[in-house]
Amino acid sequence: MTQLLEVSGVSVTFDGFRAINNLSFNIGPAELRAIIGPNGAGKTTFMDIVTGKTRPDEGKVLWGDRLQSLLAMSEAQIARAGVGRKFQRPTVFEDQTVADNLMMALKAARGPLAVLFWSPKPADHARVAELATEVGLGDALGRKSGELSHGQKQWLEIGMLLAQEPKLLLVDEPAAGMTLAEREHTTRLLVDLAKTRAVVVVEHDMEFVRRLNCKVTVLHEGSVLAEGTLDHVTRNPQVIDVYLGRSER
Amino acid sequence: MTRTYLSRNPSVLWFLLILSGFTLGVTLLSQAYGVAFLSTSFIKTLGMTLCLCLVALAMDLIWGYAGILSLGHMAFFALGGYMIGMWLMYARTEAIVITALSNEALPATAQEIQNGIAAQIFGVVGASELPPVWLFAHSLPLQLLLVVLVPGLLALIFGWLAFRSRVTGVYLSILTQAMTLALALYLFQNDSGLRGNNGLSGLQNIPGLDGVSQDRVSVWFLWASAFALGLGYLLVAWVVSGKFGSVIRAIRDDEARVRFLGYSVEGYKLFVFTLTAIIAAIAGALYYPQAGIINPAELAPIASIYLAVWVAIGGRGRLYGAVIGAAFVSLLSSWFTGGRAPSINLGFYTINWVDWWLILLGLSFVGVTLFAPKGIGGLVDLWQGLRTPDRKGADLGPGDGSLLEKEAKK
Repeated sequence: MTQLLEVSGVSVTFDGFRAINNLSFNIGPAELRAIIGPNGAGKTTFMDIVTGKTRPDEGKVLWGDRLQSLLAMSEAQIARAGVGRKFQRPTVFEDQTVADNLMMALKAARGPLAVLFWSPKPADHARVAELATEVGLGDALGRKSGELSHGQKQWLEIGMLLAQEPKLLLVDEPAAGMTLAEREHTTRLLVDLAKTRAVVVVEHDMEFVRRLNCKVTVLHEGSVLAEGTLDHVTRNPQVIDVYLGRSER
Repeated sequence: MTRTYLSRNPSVLWFLLILSGFTLGVTLLSQAYGVAFLSTSFIKTLGMTLCLCLVALAMDLIWGYAGILSLGHMAFFALGGYMIGMWLMYARTEAIVITALSNEALPATAQEIQNGIAAQIFGVVGASELPPVWLFAHSLPLQLLLVVLVPGLLALIFGWLAFRSRVTGVYLSILTQAMTLALALYLFQNDSGLRGNNGLSGLQNIPGLDGVSQDRVSVWFLWASAFALGLGYLLVAWVVSGKFGSVIRAIRDDEARVRFLGYSVEGYKLFVFTLTAIIAAIAGALYYPQAGIINPAELAPIASIYLAVWVAIGGRGRLYGAVIGAAFVSLLSSWFTGGRAPSINLGFYTINWVDWWLILLGLSFVGVTLFAPKGIGGLVDLWQGLRTPDRKGADLGPGDGSLLEKEAKK
């Protein structure tokens, strides 16, 4: 089976602290994967490496069929290649309207000149309206996104990710701060998305991970401790020791 | 398309109307074309003010919209002035030298004329040869091209080096200021090829217009400046109106997030930096023929700081704010420093505005920053009844005290 993303033997050190230690990780083109692990296990650093924010000291990160190395690319190039990232704290451009936010994220040429001479076609407006409806902001298109509630901002950011049409979606704690109904909606959406693309969810909340019903990777001290179904990894004594022993049971 | 654009941005139409009304009014009050109510020197001041408004517009684009506080844009402005000044000075000196040599028994050769010009221009710094940078000074079209190319290339190279190392915020401001200072110090040297601290002078005498009086020329330059300002306003308003404007405002607010959307932040910054440098240079090329003289002191970092102060007082992030700020503060400044403001006698001390103006300006800058961050342009919001909530950066929406959403709507 060909992989979409192949991370192998990656290590990164911050001021002598090994945040990632010989980490290897693969994900296929249409797969849902949850990454769990205690605080400081390297979950966020892992996402930083894949999105180009952090350069690893050693190791390889290969992307797509042509096995392109992501390490030589800038954040923007990686994003254009099809890696989308959702931050834990919703980051939308608060000074701009919901429609502007979505329009900016919409898949299109990204160069300065192309953007300068670009003007939205009716199809683009339709797509923006459709995305907004999908994330429950259909009647908020003209509002400044700074006015939205926390949950609505989360949704707007998810809408922006969808607009980017990424091949790989990295989602950092999507359920944080959401109500139960919002969580269920999020679960359905992530499962749905993973039918057509790869989705990696970093999550603390075991209940949420259980609902996703997918393969789980447990990180600990910067490397993979266990991988498999949630039931499989929760039976692993080491996992119980380092993670579950502390937070649950 | 144009109609919808103007109806979406009514301020552009208003601005163009007011600008043309102003230009017409000044023309009718001028000595050359009207009732001679305004003196020629005041018309020149107004024309120069329009050029300052144009460079303020560029500053607003880069600072107010893209969030890059450049303290070097007056260097591009002055470079534009130098480029046009070289032609003005060369061509005028050429005419003088040719007249002088025509009395000789033998007709002057091209070389003799060349030497004559060089001696005339560079005698003051003890040189008698034209430096290589004057290679194109004989040709108006080439020198006009240099008005755009020299500052544009400088901005492109400087910006490329700065942005690709991801220098941001106050460090970038310091870097741009250092660039300005270095350029000024270089030009102060006699062997820089631009007459050291003497600068270029006599620029108000336009070659080929010997028979035309200054009161006509001043009005022509006012027209040209107004035209350039109008065009510049249209251009900048267009740049910030579409998705490009969205992206640069997004870069101002959270550039890391913009990278993850796939936009190359550095490319956008470089584009805006270079574009605004070129606008500044064109403004400078129109300003200095009206001022009549340019010297390296014009590049001093303080000039660029003034530019930032104008935009801040006028209201950054809105184009007419920058124009209002530049016009208001620079006219007020020339009133205060020109000795026309009445001194205030406190009995024990007399406030002499020539000395105290800077302090007044500094205080109002601090005041505007602290109490009215939207500047003078914010008055327009007040007049239109727009009210933005003062949430001190906190999230709107449901939370403690839920009238927030209503508050935000108006």
